Amino acid sequence: MAAPLTLLLIVAVTIRAVLFRSSWAELISERVEVVSPLNAWKRVVEGLALLDLGVSPYSGDVFHEVSLSLIHFLFKSILGSDGITAVALYLSIQTYNKNVFRKQKYALESDRYPADCLELLRSPKEMFYIPLKVAMFYLLNPFTILSCVAKSTCGLNNAIIALFILCTLKGSALLSGILLALATYQSIYPLTLFAPALLFFLQRLYIPVNLRRSSFWFFTLQYAFIYVGSLVVITGLSFFLLGSWDFIPSVYGFIFSVPDLTPNIGLFWYFFAEMFEHFRLFFICVFQINVFFYTIPLSIKLKEHPVFLIFMQIAIISIFKSYPTVGDVALYMAFLPAWSHLYRFLRNIFLVSCVLLACSALFPVLWHLWIYAGSANSNFYYAITLLFNFGQILLVSDYFYAYLRREHHLTHGLYLKKKDGTEATLVLK
Amino acid sequence: FRFPSPIGHISTCPSLIGQCCKTHPGSFQEELVIRPLHSGDIYASFQFRTLWDTDFLQEGQKVSHYRLFPKSLGQVLSKFSVRELHISFTQGFWRTMQWGQPFIPSPPGAELWVWFHDTVSDVDGNWKELTNVLSGIFCASLNFIDLTNTVQPSASFKPLGLGNATDHRFLRYATLPREIVCTENLTPWKKLLPCGSKAGLAVLMKSEKLFHSSFHSQAVHIRPICQQCSSKAWELRQTLNVVFDLHTSGQGKKEWSLFKMFSRTLTEACPLASSSKVYVDITDNPEGELFELSPATPLLGQAVVLGDRRTYSVYDLSRAETFGQLRSFNLLLRWKGDSGDMLRPLLHAERYVAGFGLQTGEIHTVIYNNHPYRAFPVLLMDSVPWYLQLYIHTLTVTSKSRDNKPSYIHYQPAKDRHRPHLLEMLIQLPPHSMTEVTVQFERALLKWTEYTPDPNHGFYVGSSVVSALVPSMVAMRTNFTQDQPLFSSFVPVKEESSYFVRVYTEPLLVNLPTPDFSMPYNVICLTCTVVAVGYGSFYNLLTRTFQVDEPSPPLSKRLANLIRRMRGVPLLT
Repeated sequence: MAAPLTLLLIVAVTIRAVLFRSSWAELISERVEVVSPLNAWKRVVEGLALLDLGVSPYSGDVFHEVSLSLIHFLFKSILGSDGITAVALYLSIQTYNKNVFRKQKYALESDRYPADCLELLRSPKEMFYIPLKVAMFYLLNPFTILSCVAKSTCGLNNAIIALFILCTLKGSALLSGILLALATYQSIYPLTLFAPALLFFLQRLYIPVNLRRSSFWFFTLQYAFIYVGSLVVITGLSFFLLGSWDFIPSVYGFIFSVPDLTPNIGLFWYFFAEMFEHFRLFFICVFQINVFFYTIPLSIKLKEHPVFLIFMQIAIISIFKSYPTVGDVALYMAFLPAWSHLYRFLRNIFLVSCVLLACSALFPVLWHLWIYAGSANSNFYYAITLLFNFGQILLVSDYFYAYLRREHHLTHGLYLKKKDGTEATLVLK
Repeated sequence: FRFPSPIGHISTCPSLIGQCCKTHPGSFQEELVIRPLHSGDIYASFQFRTLWDTDFLQEGQKVSHYRLFPKSLGQVLSKFSVRELHISFTQGFWRTMQWGQPFIPSPPGAELWVWFHDTVSDVDGNWKELTNVLSGIFCASLNFIDLTNTVQPSASFKPLGLGNATDHRFLRYATLPREIVCTENLTPWKKLLPCGSKAGLAVLMKSEKLFHSSFHSQAVHIRPICQQCSSKAWELRQTLNVVFDLHTSGQGKKEWSLFKMFSRTLTEACPLASSSKVYVDITDNPEGELFELSPATPLLGQAVVLGDRRTYSVYDLSRAETFGQLRSFNLLLRWKGDSGDMLRPLLHAERYVAGFGLQTGEIHTVIYNNHPYRAFPVLLMDSVPWYLQLYIHTLTVTSKSRDNKPSYIHYQPAKDRHRPHLLEMLIQLPPHSMTEVTVQFERALLKWTEYTPDPNHGFYVGSSVVSALVPSMVAMRTNFTQDQPLFSSFVPVKEESSYFVRVYTEPLLVNLPTPDFSMPYNVICLTCTVVAVGYGSFYNLLTRTFQVDEPSPPLSKRLANLIRRMRGVPLLT
């Protein structure tokens, strides 16, 4: 499988190189859908220029990257970060598929599946091309290409999260903890990925998730110690790099309090542009809690399926974070081929894909009409933002429904009958 | 300043001055300079100077007796420990290329800069109270000056009076480009004069004529000065510059008189003034071939001002014969020939916004050095509001299409909703050249309450300040003498070969993208709906389980079963 992956990488690099050299690169790096105040390359250059002038980059309101990112060579790696992400996703999905197939084999041998749901089982033949499809979905996704050509640091964030997933799936708790700390240090939201990673390790080490068992707490504390320890070390290193704690209000305070209302594809900007001052703090808290709040319920429901939980968490972060960009969307969309066996249970996939395609096409049009032509106003762009997020929410909840439904069928049988013997329909009650 | 006239020198005897100061602490001088411009317009500049030999800031000395110096300003100075105060209100923009250099430059709108004493501990608190008190004194909306439009320039605004302070922590500078000047600002300004508007030159200040002009600027400058360097004195200068347009006020006729300009004539000098004079610039009219000046006066004066030696006809209003038989003095200038081209001013600056759309833009500042062979450095100061995000890595300075790197850059980036950008640069201008400074910016979307009631008018960006020591054609006088006319002694001259010039560029008007102001409820409802859709679907999937759907029996059957249950009879299936 190395050859098709290499070919894919070459094609992806060619497309990016072609776009990079053309005049489109400048246009793309200014687009608000692709870059946000948190990860724009222009702001990184501005931060470095301020350092040259002898002014701290955090004294103004232009630079919101973490200090360690000021190390120049880290930024050169943005251009290669897409390749790293793709390879990491490829290897992790490959590992995941092996796990899934092994578990399925044991369950089959112990006769745990009802007789009629054999067609729901997955075969190696069908699963063979999935890792390549995942890498392809990531590399050839227009969102990723745009994000890479714009040199947004979102690519770097995606690479770190992909490496974290790879290390988790390979079973290395130390590396996984360090990479998660790095991802959290860059933008706080990956904090919620702590729960699925922990659940995966517990499952792998055959430790039951029981709050009364000491083995559970022992491992949890170990993993938490690795994570929190690396986070403290990295934060301390940033302090020593610039000599001040200025970066904490400038980066984390900025993410949480949303002072910059530049339009983007998220829900925050227009909401807080039109917010009454009296309620601003309340709604900031509500919206930020909304991102973190699904972790515990989802972890309880999906405690046996930690990889799907990771997908759900990444999707929720991308939709509800304060400054989303299309690069974040591209990361969770890369996972979709891994759940291609759920296709028969998806209810709204056609509608959702039409909505997402139409919105992606309309974003630049309505932006142009508002900002340049002056014939539309901000409401048009806001409406498309709403629709895009609505489409994303439908997509994620649809896959969740399909996954839960397949699990239900695997335990209760595929063809269900009502009490009188006629064909039954399944509802959520 | 010499009188090459048969009348003779009016020499000042030092002992007389000393006695004068002991019995009457302070003096008042007033003057009016009229300079006809090449385009046919006329420039009139009033200056009123009140000197007061006292030290407000001395310990244990409470000042309670005010004579010539206005009490309101004196109390302000002592309460806020102000060392220097400069405030100006301007309506219109000074066109340097058509009118030359003004005596006292000022930017459009209101400008206030203050040097506080170094004993002040909370400069920001003093600044805030000072702006509010001044807005009451001058009936202007100076209370809009707050930390979001105040800067602390590090090099551009050095003290004009005594003292060599270098700590710019005690300096505050703010402009309000949107401020409109009207009669309500002129009236309290006139009240600060010792004679008010009852006697002296101030009777000419009638608002209906003054505000019907191309340019109107009134200013108050307070600074401590060195009185023969034996004692410290406070100097209050009130200046009023006005340019009357040939076509609007002059009805197209190249003939100007005091009555035509101000609709009043002078009847007497201010009795409290130690000197009251009218100067008319006749440098371009040595033989009287350009315009005719009446009434004729034998007094002539020469002064070196703005790097040039100018000749003036002087009218001394303290002498009764100036007013003639009718006891009224009306100056008349009648043009005879066509004036040639004006000498180009040596330093000139322009500024404009480039770009299209509401997302980004570029500020271009163009500085012209019209000296044929001398290069000199200029200090450019830019204060840009926080909602225009400047990108300093896009700053380019080009002269004669080559890169010109500034030797000193002081940049303080803006903090959202707290302070504006401050950019100060020292640029060396090559001779006879045009230097262009460009910097890119991004426009921010503000919260809906932060827009002015007319958001589509745009947001003002204050003028840039270009300060320079321009090489002078004529040697400047470095020591200040008592009998020098006021207009040539405003700016202290440190060296003979150059004079200080400050040029203000145009203020900019920039449009920002606006949200829809009628939508707060709608936006809250719609966004919360989308979040609720997400919450609802996840809640359903998390709390409910899949069950086989047993259809409920029709209504008739259910009712029948209910009745059967009551009767105790077996139910229908």
